[in-house]
Amino acid sequence: MLSLVTFFPLAGVLAIIIAARNNANTARYIALIVSLATFVLSLRLLIDFDSSTAAFQFLEESEWLPAYGITYRMGVDGISLPFVLLTTFLTPLCILSSWKSVQKMVQEYMIAFLALEAFVIGVFCALDFILFYILWEAMLIPMFLLIGIWGGPNRVYAALKFFLYTLAGSVLMLIAIIVMKYTAGTFSIPDLMNAPLGFNLQIWLFLGFFVSFAVKVPMWPFHTWLPDAHVEAPTGGSVILAGILLKMGAYGFLRFSIPMLPDAARYFVPLIFGLSLVGVVYTALVALMQKDLKKLIAYSSVSHMGFVTIGIFSFNQQGLEGGILQMINHGIVAGGLFLLVGVIYDRMHTREIAKFGGVVNVMPVYAVIFMLFTMAAVGLPGTNGFVGEFLILLGAFLANKGVAIVATTGLVLGAAYMLWLYKKVFFGVIHSDEVQALKDMDRREMAIFAPLIILIFWIGFYPGPFLEIMHTSVEQLLAQAHTIKAGTAAVSMY
Amino acid sequence: MSRELLIIVAPLIGSMIAGLFGRYIGKAMARNVTILGMTVSAALAIIVFFEVAVGDGPEIRKEIFSWIIAGDFKVHFGILIDRITATMLIVVSGISTLIHIYSVGYMAEDPHQPRFFSYLSFFTFAMLMLVTGDNFLQLFFGWEGVGLASYLLIGFWYQKESACNAAMKAFLVNRVGDFGFALGIFAIYMVFGTLDYAQVFQMAGTDQYPKTIDFIFFGPSPTITVITLLLFVGAMGKSAQFILHTWLPDAMEGPTPVSALIHAATMVTAGVFMVCRTSPLFELSETSLTVVTLVGATTALFAATVGLVQNDIKKVIAYSTCSQLGYMFFAAGVSAYSAAIFHLMTHAFFKALLFLSAGAVIHAMHHEQDMRKMGGLWKKLPITYTVMMIGTLALTGFPYLAGFFSKDAILEAAYAAHSTSGTIAWVMGMSAAVLTSFYSFRLIFMTFHGKPRDQHAYDHAHEAPWSIRFPLLVLAVGAIFAGMLGAPMVHEGWFKEAIILAPGHDAMANAHHVALWVKWLPFGAFLVGLTLAWFLYIKVTTLPKILAETYLGIYKFLLNAWYFDKLYDKIFVEPAKAIGRGLWQTGDITIIDGYGVNGIAATCGRVAQWFKGVQTGYVYHYAFAMIVGLLVLVTVYS
Repeated sequence: MLSLVTFFPLAGVLAIIIAARNNANTARYIALIVSLATFVLSLRLLIDFDSSTAAFQFLEESEWLPAYGITYRMGVDGISLPFVLLTTFLTPLCILSSWKSVQKMVQEYMIAFLALEAFVIGVFCALDFILFYILWEAMLIPMFLLIGIWGGPNRVYAALKFFLYTLAGSVLMLIAIIVMKYTAGTFSIPDLMNAPLGFNLQIWLFLGFFVSFAVKVPMWPFHTWLPDAHVEAPTGGSVILAGILLKMGAYGFLRFSIPMLPDAARYFVPLIFGLSLVGVVYTALVALMQKDLKKLIAYSSVSHMGFVTIGIFSFNQQGLEGGILQMINHGIVAGGLFLLVGVIYDRMHTREIAKFGGVVNVMPVYAVIFMLFTMAAVGLPGTNGFVGEFLILLGAFLANKGVAIVATTGLVLGAAYMLWLYKKVFFGVIHSDEVQALKDMDRREMAIFAPLIILIFWIGFYPGPFLEIMHTSVEQLLAQAHTIKAGTAAVSMY
Repeated sequence: MSRELLIIVAPLIGSMIAGLFGRYIGKAMARNVTILGMTVSAALAIIVFFEVAVGDGPEIRKEIFSWIIAGDFKVHFGILIDRITATMLIVVSGISTLIHIYSVGYMAEDPHQPRFFSYLSFFTFAMLMLVTGDNFLQLFFGWEGVGLASYLLIGFWYQKESACNAAMKAFLVNRVGDFGFALGIFAIYMVFGTLDYAQVFQMAGTDQYPKTIDFIFFGPSPTITVITLLLFVGAMGKSAQFILHTWLPDAMEGPTPVSALIHAATMVTAGVFMVCRTSPLFELSETSLTVVTLVGATTALFAATVGLVQNDIKKVIAYSTCSQLGYMFFAAGVSAYSAAIFHLMTHAFFKALLFLSAGAVIHAMHHEQDMRKMGGLWKKLPITYTVMMIGTLALTGFPYLAGFFSKDAILEAAYAAHSTSGTIAWVMGMSAAVLTSFYSFRLIFMTFHGKPRDQHAYDHAHEAPWSIRFPLLVLAVGAIFAGMLGAPMVHEGWFKEAIILAPGHDAMANAHHVALWVKWLPFGAFLVGLTLAWFLYIKVTTLPKILAETYLGIYKFLLNAWYFDKLYDKIFVEPAKAIGRGLWQTGDITIIDGYGVNGIAATCGRVAQWFKGVQTGYVYHYAFAMIVGLLVLVTVYS
């Protein structure tokens, strides 16, 4: 079942190669149908998922390269399942949003997108370190192509920067993986969670993983690839980038750093808190000064992800659940905001904030939807953003009051840049003919936002079902985070 | 759906219909739907009020559904209607309904009516959520909801740059307050393990929680003081108290009905409501009560001084609101919560009346708000003049009108508190009363008396339509009788368990027994203010100008509201922008990208260049290298 969900998009790739060689429209429909089917399949996972246990479910295991101890092993728990669903949920929306805006090499674009989806789902399902690593790296290729081929004017620089940044991090992770294999004797992720590791070794391994994950999140000061990548990426690419790729870093912390290296994770809490706080405030201030719509939202992403890492490393139920929920929320809200920027970019072919103004006069529906996402982004109660941020800050407050206080200033700054953006783009009088000529959203465009809006309110008013999925797994993760592994250390680096 | 739930939800339904389908069902239908929703809400609110507050019915508690559950953290949506809430329900639903009706006439020419009525009803929904919640998070929910509605309504005329800026400012200043409020909520959860009012208040009186908590660099601090002060920061933001007041005068950019409903009668009183609601906590901290008293008293006096010199008719009333909110706070600060709620209620009537009459004047003058261009209007607008005079008399404390009872109760309680802060508040409040009387009658005299200063506008002035006059008359009746009818509120125990007083906090009880001169001094203040205003604006009309020129420094200081806006620009707004720009240009682009990312890339390039230089392709170069290598190897290993 899990493999089917994971690799079903690749069937779409095949179908496009065979059936849509010369017909762009067929490729679009195949991609849409396949991604929708994948989403439906993944819902099956949700239905069959048993949220009362923290064990991995839908396990699949088969020999792969036994000589090196590498196994094909897949499974999900309450922490990874939400991300799988987020991926399968956002991909059809991205494909729909690229319907008209991508006109060159449509088949290749759709192939890249479906391949990306498959690899990303794989990353969240993999329970073998080598399998995980391969998929983690493989996912870079379609993303690199998406930015490099279908991106804006400065796409090559952005694509290279994105690729090299993340690759540099990955290399250290590979070393850490190999060292773990040779100390604990396995690549199996569930086994490694229980493997004893010496304190010093944990420290080094943590740092090895840290760079890789911190680049992905991205945490300050590893964030500078993100604004460039976002600005140049096509709309669909931005959505996936913000909605899902960023989550892989934080997922890494949840899946590897904390359960496998709990002593080191606790040791490094001040470092994570420090960088996250700088990130929250620094990038929020930088976002205040941006002149490009996408860049502003990109910087706000960094700021929001700072909240997420604070929540995760609060090491309590509220913080962790808030952190995971906020990642889902950010996928919905930042994803939605990038889609919204795409809507107006398709019409005006500019993202410069100063070129707009008075848009509400000609695009009232668009303005209302944008306002909704803005309010979700600033965490207004009733929207999903509030539940996530509130739980995170509550968790942080219980862990460390100072951290919570500084992080809470992010709420003020966040409101400042989002409202400023809204005012500049939507309010005021129209002062250019291009804005005057704008047409409001059509049905296809509204259809993209409907499911996102439903989720914003659903999670805002009744987050129960979403938190339910993760309760048990988070409890276990907490127990793991508080174990002292170094005490029972069988092996140590020195 | 239960009756209590319908009180809250009816406005929301109206708002959704008007907002989502306004363009299909048309303006008239959209506004009628919202008015219907409000009428239902108000009618039910009155019934509930009679049951809970007039009759001796028990308080109503209902749990609706659970909202957030994460670990031990559990919060639900619930309804709590005790006597405080019942009073608030009447004020909110009642006045909101009147203002919906008023808006039919006032906004008649506006093309965006469905949007306006939708926002207005949404506001009412959020405000009702705020007052009916039975836990702190729901209070916060309503709190932020009214903030959003306020933002949307201040910026309703979005084509005006100034309106958009004012809307943003309101939202952001309130966020600063919310910053404190949110931290207060976290602290409550940390200490009590719940956010439910009943449980928190019950535990607060016991010894089952730590009496001190470490609060960052303050070290161990008294728990309740920390919590209440954090909550109070939120109240200061929402209720525009001194240092967080700057958004309120700007908020007058919104349409006048909005100013009346949100920025006078209801939303801005949310802070007062919060302090009274959490009286079981505030009562436990003398420090917090002192802070509340002093901040309130300072605001009362400060805003009154600024109100003296404003020329925009709405700004005068805005500063007056700010000042009256200060009264309510210092009443709460001296433990006279019942007087605070009483004044909140009477103030809602007469201040909404003042704003709406000002709106009628503005409407009559074709959107002119500058009082220097008015004058002599009483002949043209006799009804408006009459009701505005009633509002003014009620505000300034003319005997037996609304303000006379509630404001005097506050001043007497402050006097009877026999504490230093109480006495300071009494002196400041009494001085503010003189100023209140002065600026209120200055407004009346400048607008309605003397000679018309703009003959053209005067000639075209006309009395407003019935939809405008009707709410004015209802409110005028309220401004006359609310004080008399509400007077039992300040008697001990009227609010039952909703307000809990610590032993010895008997300012309100003593207030009934103060000396006669204390009781009649506010009337003296009224007379002094009235006489001064009459002298300056009727008798010797050249004098104000001479005074302003003689004391130019003071005049400008007051006119610019003590320069708070300039100060905040200099210390917050501009530095934030400069730092943001610096971090971006220097931090991201120069340092991280320049030296870090691109620097490493460039270094790789240089190293590669260097290596490339070695690969010359000339055979003799390689031969030479081989010979050198061979020599080295031979030397090392021989």
